[in-house]
Amino acid sequence: MSKRVGVEVSIAVADAVALARAEVIPAYPITPQTHIVEHLSEIVANGHLDAEFIPVESEHAAMSCACGSSAAGARTFTATSSQGLSLMSEILYHPGPMRLPIVMVVANRALAAPISIWNDHQDIMVQRDIGWIQTFAENGQEAVDLLLHAFRVAEDRRVALPFIVNIDGFTLSHVIEPIIMPDQEEVDRYIPPFKPHYKLDPRKPVSMGPVGIPEVYTEERMAHNEALKASKRVILQGWKEFAEIFGRQYNPVEVYRTEDAETLLVTMGSISETAMTAVDEMRNAGKKVGLVRIRLWRPFPGPEFRKAIGKAKTLAVIDRCLPPGAVCGPVGAELRSLLYRVPGAPKIFSFVAGLGGRDVTVDRFKEIVDKAELYAKKRPVELYEVIGVREK
Amino acid sequence: MKEVRLHGRGGQGGVTSAELVATAAIAEGRYAQAFPSFGPERRGAPVAAFVRVSDKQIRTREKVYHPDIVLVLDASLPGIVKVSDGLKDGGIVILNSSLCEDDIRKQFGLTAKLAVVDANTIAQEVLGIPITNTTMLGALLKATGIVGLDAISDALDKRFGKLAEKNKAALRRAYEETVIYG
Repeated sequence: MSKRVGVEVSIAVADAVALARAEVIPAYPITPQTHIVEHLSEIVANGHLDAEFIPVESEHAAMSCACGSSAAGARTFTATSSQGLSLMSEILYHPGPMRLPIVMVVANRALAAPISIWNDHQDIMVQRDIGWIQTFAENGQEAVDLLLHAFRVAEDRRVALPFIVNIDGFTLSHVIEPIIMPDQEEVDRYIPPFKPHYKLDPRKPVSMGPVGIPEVYTEERMAHNEALKASKRVILQGWKEFAEIFGRQYNPVEVYRTEDAETLLVTMGSISETAMTAVDEMRNAGKKVGLVRIRLWRPFPGPEFRKAIGKAKTLAVIDRCLPPGAVCGPVGAELRSLLYRVPGAPKIFSFVAGLGGRDVTVDRFKEIVDKAELYAKKRPVELYEVIGVREK
Repeated sequence: MKEVRLHGRGGQGGVTSAELVATAAIAEGRYAQAFPSFGPERRGAPVAAFVRVSDKQIRTREKVYHPDIVLVLDASLPGIVKVSDGLKDGGIVILNSSLCEDDIRKQFGLTAKLAVVDANTIAQEVLGIPITNTTMLGALLKATGIVGLDAISDALDKRFGKLAEKNKAALRRAYEETVIYG
C-alpha cells in the first residue's frame, strides 16, 4: 500500500528513483541538488537498490557517463543544478537525437554572476533547446509523481527520449511536507523493464552518435524534433495510466478558478501554490482572476494552453528568468509566439519575478495582476517588467 | 494555520526540531511544512527554521514573515537577534531561560505573551549535553498544543532510535516545568 509520510522532498525524490529501479546513477553533488544524490548513494551502499552509483569527477562526466550507460541499455538517472547543469551543456544535446532515455532531476537554481545558490529558472531556461522532454513540479507530491512518469514515458519505445523533471531548489528540494509514497508493486506495474530498440553490445555491434554529414544532418535534427513533438501522446497516456494506478490525475496545463476570468496569471513550478492563494484573495475581493499553470514545458502543449486560457482578455505571465537583451522572458516569448495573430487572443504582459531566491509573495501576485490590468488599458506597447526591484 | 519560527545556533538542531514538529503533525493526518532558512549555515551562528501546521492543505511557499509562535532554543539569542520580529498580535515567544519574567521583559524588551523554561539545566541533567532542541519541544507543546505528545514521541522514536528515550524524558520534563506569562 502507498503511505502518506512527512519527508523532505529531496529524500522522497531519491526514494522514488529507487522505486523506479534505476540501474546506473552517475552524479556529482551541487547545492541544492545534494540531498538527492547523497541519499541515493546511501540507498545503493545499504544494498536497498541494486544499482551502480558512480561518483564522477564533474557534471560533464556525469552526463557523459549517463549517455554511455543508457546506450548500454541501463536505466539511468542523474540530478544537478545551476552551474552543474551548465557544465553538462556540451553533452546535454547528445541524448535527444541519440534517443537515450536518461531521466534527470534539476533542482532549479540561479546562475552566476553574482554567485547564487538560490532558486529561479535561469539554469534550465539556458538549456531550453537541448531536446529533452521537460516538466515542472508544483510540490513534493508532484516531484515524486512526475519522476515516476518520466521513467515510464522516456523509455517507452515510441518515445526513447531523455526527460528532465524540474523541481525548485530549496523552496521544494529542502522542504519537509506530506507526500504519498507509492509502494513497489504499484510502481513495478507502472514502469515496465527497460527494453531499448538498440544497445551497445559487442555481440551485436552498432554505431551511435556518428558524424552527421550535410546530407543527413537536417533529416536527423528533424527526426528528433518530430519525435519530441510526437511524444506528447505518450506523455498524456502516461498520466492517464498514472491516474488509474495511483489515483492522481495530471495534465500538461492546469487551471485554477479560470471560469469567467478576465485576467490570468501564468506560472510554472512551486510559486503556483502561492499564486492560488493570491487568486483566492483577489476573487474574494471581486476580481475576475484565475491561474494557468504550465506543467509540460517541452514539447510545448499549444492546444491545451489555448483551451486553458478560454476567453481571458489579459495574461500576466511570470518568468523566473531574465534573459539579458531579449524582448521578454522565455515563457512570455513562447506564449506571444503561440498566440500571435490568433483571433481574440489576450494581451500578454511579461513579468520577471523571483530571481535568485527572491520570495514571490501573495502581495507580489496581486501587484502583478494590478499592473497587467492597468497596462491592458493604458500601455500601447507590450514590454516586460522586473517585479520587486529595490530602488533604495 | 499556525506558523512557527525557530531561532537557534548552527549545529543545535533547530532544523531537526522543525522537522520533528512537521512529521508529527503529518502523522496526525494533518498538513505541515518545515524548512530551514535556505542557504549556507555555520556552526554557532544564529540560524532560523520554520514550520507551518494546518488542518487544511497548505497553499503557500512564502517565507514565514508573521509567525504565531517563536521558539528560541538558545538562551543567548534574545540579546542578539530580535526574536519577536513580525510576531502576530496575540502571538507567543517561547524562551529557554533561567531568568524571571521581569528580567526577561526588561533585558530583551519583550512585550508579547511568554513561555519560559530553563532548558539548559534540563538538557544538561537529562541528556548530559546542553543541546536543547528536543527539550524545547516540550515547552512548545505545553504553550501551544501545536501537536500532540504521542505524535511527537513517535517522531522522536523514528528520528533517534535508541537515543529517543532520553530525549523524550527531557521533552516531558520541559513540558511540566514550562511557565506561561500572559
